[in-house]
Amino acid sequence: MLSFDRLSKTYADGTHALSAIDLTVGRGEIVALLGGSGCGKTTLLRLVAGLDRPSEGAIRLDGEIVAEPRADVGVIFQEPRLFPWLCVAENVGFGLSHLSAFEREGLVTNALVRVGLAGHEKRWPRELSGGQQQRVAIARALVTRPKLLLMDEPFSALDATTRASLHGHLLALWQESRPTVVMVTHDVEEAVTLADRIVVMQPKPGRVFDELGNPLARPRDRLSPAFEAAKREALRALDRSLRHEAPHQEKAAETAGMWW
Amino acid sequence: MSAVEAAAIDTVGSASRGKAAPARSGLVWLGLVLPLLLALLWEALVAAGLANGRLMPPPSVVGRTLWELAASGELLTHAAATLSRVGAGFGLGALAGTVLGALTGALPVAQRLLDPTLQALRAIPSIAWVPLFILWLGIFEASKVALIAVGVFFPVYLGVAAAIQGIDRKVVEVGRVFRLSRLAMVRRVLLPAILPDWITALRSGLGLGFMFVVAAEIMGASEGLGYLLVDGQQLGRPDTIIAAIISFAVLGKLADGLLVAITRPFLAWQDTARDKL
Repeated sequence: MLSFDRLSKTYADGTHALSAIDLTVGRGEIVALLGGSGCGKTTLLRLVAGLDRPSEGAIRLDGEIVAEPRADVGVIFQEPRLFPWLCVAENVGFGLSHLSAFEREGLVTNALVRVGLAGHEKRWPRELSGGQQQRVAIARALVTRPKLLLMDEPFSALDATTRASLHGHLLALWQESRPTVVMVTHDVEEAVTLADRIVVMQPKPGRVFDELGNPLARPRDRLSPAFEAAKREALRALDRSLRHEAPHQEKAAETAGMWW
Repeated sequence: MSAVEAAAIDTVGSASRGKAAPARSGLVWLGLVLPLLLALLWEALVAAGLANGRLMPPPSVVGRTLWELAASGELLTHAAATLSRVGAGFGLGALAGTVLGALTGALPVAQRLLDPTLQALRAIPSIAWVPLFILWLGIFEASKVALIAVGVFFPVYLGVAAAIQGIDRKVVEVGRVFRLSRLAMVRRVLLPAILPDWITALRSGLGLGFMFVVAAEIMGASEGLGYLLVDGQQLGRPDTIIAAIISFAVLGKLADGLLVAITRPFLAWQDTARDKL
C-alpha cells in the first residue's frame, strides 16, 4: 500500500508546489492524478519516485518511508528517455544487470513480445517511431516487475490511435503482475480508461481537490453511455477545481441515478 | 505493431543506413580538387616565368625532394620520430585531460579547487614552457613529449568537463531510477553520453599535438619533421621545408582519419543529419 501523509513540497525559490497531500493507494490499484497545469502532479510523482525530497510529510510504500529511488518502483516518464547508445534489447534490460545474460535475454524477449516489438531487439532507439519508443520505455519499466509503477503523462505526445493501442498493451502487462499504478494525466478519457480511481488536483499550491471512484469493469468500452458519463463527471470535477469551487457542489443532484 | 509504425521504422531505418553512402564515397576525392588546382596553377606560373620558383619551388621540385627523402629512408625516419613523440604526448595529455575534465565536470568541489588554476595555466603561451621543460627534463625526448602533452591536455580537459556538465538531467534521472551506484552511473550513463564530445575533444587535442611537435622539434632535435624544417631553413632549401610541411599535413590527416575510423563504430547509434546535408 502507498500512502501520502501531509505531504508538502516547497522549492528553493519559494514556489509552494504541494500542500498537505493525504492520500492512500491500495495494492494493485490504478490511480490517476488529474489536473490542470501547475497543480503539482509531476512534483508528486517525482517525490514518490524518490527523485526529489518532500519539504514536509512522508510517503510510505508498504510501511517504509520512500526517501530515494527504490528497486521495486518503476517509472515511465513523459518522454521515452531511452539511452540512445543502447539498442532496444539493452534498453529494456538496463535494470536487469544483476541477472545472467541468459535470464536477461529471456525476460527482455518476453517483454518485447508483450509490447508488440518482437524482432526489434537490435534496433537503435533512433530507428523507432515515438509510439514504439514509448513501448520500449514501458517494457523497461515493467520487466523488473515493480511493486509500484509511476507514469508521468507517458502517452501525451502520441496520436489517439497509438495512445489507445498503448493503453491496451499497458493493461495487458498490468494484468500479469498487478502492480500498484499512480499515473499523471491531463487527459480525462485516459484517466477513465485506465484508472480505478481519479484524484483531481487543484493548483497554487497543488492539493487534492476531489476523488472519484471508477467502477467500470474492464475492458472498458469508450463508446458506452457509462464511459461517457464517467468522463463527464471527471470533467465537471476538473472544471470546478480550476474555478476554485467546492469539490462536491451540485454533485449529489447531478449524479443521482448515474453511473456511480 | 501497426502498419503505420512498421512503415515508419522502414523509412527511418533505410534513410539512416542506405542511399547516401555511395554519394559520400564519391565526394571523398572532392577534397583533392582545390590543392591539385593550386599546385597546377603554381607549376604553370613558375614554368611561364611569372613567379619566382627559388623561394617557392613548384610542385614538381617539391615532389622530387619528397621522393628523394622517401627513397633514402630519411622521410620514414623523420616521420617515425615525429609520430612517436605525438603518440606519447597525445596519450599522456589525453589521459590527464580526460581524468581531470571528468573530475571537474562531475564534482563541484573539484571544479572549484582545480579549474581556476588550470584555466590560468591554459592562458600561458605554449612556447613559454620550453625553457622550463628543457631545464627540468633535459633536451631529449622527455621535454618534447611534455610540451606536446600540455598542448593536447587543454582541449581534452575543456571538452570533457563541458560535456559532463552538459549531460541531460533526464538521462541521469533514469540512471537514478535504476539505483545505479556512482561508479555504475559513470560507466553506464555518463561516459557513453559524453562519448561524441570526448571524441571531438580528442581530435582537437590530436591536431594541437601536431602543432606542438613542431615547436618541440624546432627547439632542438636530431630527427623528426620539425628538424627537417630547421634543416631546410639552415641549408637554404625551401623545397625541403615545403616537403616537411606537406608531410606534416599528410601525417596529421592520416592520424585524424585513423582516430575517426577507430571511434566510428562506437557512434553508430547517433541520430545525426550527416546523410541529409
